[in-house]
Amino acid sequence: MNFALSIPLEHVFVLAVALFCVGLTGVLVRRNVMFVLMSLEVMMNACGLAFVAAGARWAQADGQIMFMFILALAAAEVAVALGIVLQLSRRFDSLDVDAADEMHS
Amino acid sequence: MESLFYIAAVTALASTVLVVTGKNASHALIYLIVSLLSVAVIFFLLGAPFAAALEVVVYAGAIVVLFLFVVMMLNLGKGSVARESAWLRPSMWVLPSLLTVPLFLGLVYVLSGEPVQTGGVMVGPKAVGTQLFGPYLLAVELAGILLLAALVGAYHLGRRYLSERREEV
Repeated sequence: MNFALSIPLEHVFVLAVALFCVGLTGVLVRRNVMFVLMSLEVMMNACGLAFVAAGARWAQADGQIMFMFILALAAAEVAVALGIVLQLSRRFDSLDVDAADEMHS
Repeated sequence: MESLFYIAAVTALASTVLVVTGKNASHALIYLIVSLLSVAVIFFLLGAPFAAALEVVVYAGAIVVLFLFVVMMLNLGKGSVARESAWLRPSMWVLPSLLTVPLFLGLVYVLSGEPVQTGGVMVGPKAVGTQLFGPYLLAVELAGILLLAALVGAYHLGRRYLSERREEV
């Protein structure tokens, strides 16, 4: 069965750009490091959506392959970043990214 | 049928806004799952069922659960929501939004060319697999090395946390 639809490519790209901009606003605004990481996940997911949409435009598998690499990158980034979050909460007893500012003084 | 795409798009956008503006970390993670599942629906409609399955299994299944483990390990109490409210004054949203809204409008302007439709052809897992282990084999190996490095790094960072915890008890 073929569920694939013919959707205007611009609409998919506008959705990807909107998700990316929402995630970027979150990275800029939030101070809690957990929310910063979640916003980063949203941004990476938006990039993956753009790749899959571009792959669907020409009915090629390359878009999905790039999405898989983004997925591997996101998994690696989350594993290391959550280890750093645990260290941050242990050393500074806070999830505030501004708590770790010992280098500037 | 095409309205399904727009429903999923609105759901993804709304739940993503709730993730970014949320105050309770575990609620925000549930909204993130909703957002990822809506994007998986969009992948399916675009004719990428394998990417949709990976989005559900790896993103919503593994990565968000990893987040949830850490949120529970940190044992964020009732004070965390109040602290978030203190950190997150409404005036803080103004300047970053002034930066990202022009970016959004500029990208939308760039994208508004001649209307193009997606193919409406399903690219199944078999096509993805033959490409992945054909021309992209070197990139797969590099991704494997990246994941190994992340595993070693995460083990190193997390092990000290756990061993010092044990000494306290």
